[in-house]
Amino acid sequence: MKILVCITHVPDTTSKIAFTDNNTQFDKTGVQYIIGPYDDYALARAVELKEQSSGTITVINVGEAETEPTLRKALAIGADDAIRVNAAPKDSFFVANQIAAIAKEGNYDLIMMGRESIDFNSGVVHGMVAELLGIPCLSPVMTLDIDGTTAKMTREIEGGKESLEAELPLVLGCQEPIAEWKIPNMRGIMTARSKPLHVVEPSDDSARTKLNNYELPAAKGAVKMIDANNVSELVDLLKNEAKVI
Amino acid sequence: MSVLVFIEISEGTVKKTSLEAVSYASGIDSAVTAIAFGQADEAALQSAGAAGATKILHVSDAKYNEGNIQAYASAIAKAAANESADTVVLANSSLGDPVAARLAIKMNASLASQVVELPDTSNGFTVKRSIYTGKAFAHVDLTEGKRVIGIKKNAASIKEDGGTATIEAFTPDDQAGDFKVKILSQEKATGDVLLPEAEIVVSGGRGLKGPENWGMIEDLAKTLGAATACSKPVSDMDWRPHHEHVGQTGIKVAPSLYIAVGISGAIQHLAGVNASKVIVVINKDEEAPFFKAADYGIVGDAFEVVPKLTEALKAINS
Repeated sequence: MKILVCITHVPDTTSKIAFTDNNTQFDKTGVQYIIGPYDDYALARAVELKEQSSGTITVINVGEAETEPTLRKALAIGADDAIRVNAAPKDSFFVANQIAAIAKEGNYDLIMMGRESIDFNSGVVHGMVAELLGIPCLSPVMTLDIDGTTAKMTREIEGGKESLEAELPLVLGCQEPIAEWKIPNMRGIMTARSKPLHVVEPSDDSARTKLNNYELPAAKGAVKMIDANNVSELVDLLKNEAKVI
Repeated sequence: MSVLVFIEISEGTVKKTSLEAVSYASGIDSAVTAIAFGQADEAALQSAGAAGATKILHVSDAKYNEGNIQAYASAIAKAAANESADTVVLANSSLGDPVAARLAIKMNASLASQVVELPDTSNGFTVKRSIYTGKAFAHVDLTEGKRVIGIKKNAASIKEDGGTATIEAFTPDDQAGDFKVKILSQEKATGDVLLPEAEIVVSGGRGLKGPENWGMIEDLAKTLGAATACSKPVSDMDWRPHHEHVGQTGIKVAPSLYIAVGISGAIQHLAGVNASKVIVVINKDEEAPFFKAADYGIVGDAFEVVPKLTEALKAINS
């Protein structure tokens, strides 16, 4: 089985978000970059599937040279080779177009990624890739098992879940508990250094949106503390001050 | 210019977030067509009329009941073409998002998701959208002639003074390949308030010590007509189901009131709740970081405070 896992290179979930240059640039000062947490689940499940039934895992990222350590980490976790499309991602459509172009050449059985990136949270790249390829996409997928050429999955829906079945090839947006995150071991880290990392140029330069500038939310006012023996005061405040009950 | 809105039906009624999408669309253009799939009677569909829809296309073919993403995207694309709609609006959800993605490709449209305000059309078409899981916003130009807009909860308030919409039956063209995914079964907690839709959310964390203590959370939620939620460790330990997990890697909620009981308020949890209008934190540790993100706080033992709070709320309701 050939699996393509799409990796985002995103600020750690604990990062403080700030902007520079008149709110037009993301401030990278002191920010640690990681594999997107949802992509990490997708990669972990891909590694498990490979262990069960053999095959290959290619990881792909659309980004500039700074994302290579993140791709190397994915190689250390268990991917066989990596592709970096050498371009700063412009928008979801731009990224989906690059992934679809690579996927068309690679004939993958499964294209897996996280349900959303944790920087822009749109959760649409998987659906766009699938539409560009003319195949089904499911997200957010919580369990995945492969039986021959059939994928059996559960997908989260509002207030519950559904069980699904579809033939490969498929595009999947993944989330927990599809697999446990894998921490690279020393052997993985050593072998990752010599695994192939191909750099390719973007196949198409078009984007369909343009980001103008950023904005931080207004600062929250101070918390009002209420005595634990006086909960009726809280009820009164919620009813008459905040007017939410 | 004409706007088409994809509205979701849940248990025979139009979802609240979809009504928000209709009212949002009526802020862009006065002619708003809505498209709905699944079983709903006329009175239920007219809630979209009141919210601002002038026409409702209803797909009642039972094949479309279950939320098949590809079939919905094809049908909406056809409806948009028929109605000469250059803008499609929908509410962000586990169904709306994947439909939006496919639709944007089919329509060659600009796509914006997590939009929080009406667009600025003074110079092009610019939307404000949430990014970094609610920690910031971006102002984005939608540069194509067509656009698909996914709105976040609370992007618009639901209007109730719209008129009566014309309801028309709509028959999608069945595309080969649109029904390749087989939905085998669906499990839904019935009767409960859906978490992403809830106006009030009562959420419990590790401070509750075990799943057996959730009765008081449920009592408080019931008194308030609220949905229940939990923190990541709680769903990881299987005290509560995953679809109740609120946070960076779980559900993002935006209720009017979020009550957190026994949750310390790690940054990953805050990412899921920071769009709430009012946050109440009950925690026995006065150093809990959640208090910094709260509007109201009580330092105290949840096992004493929560039942007292439920009683006090019952007292004002009676």
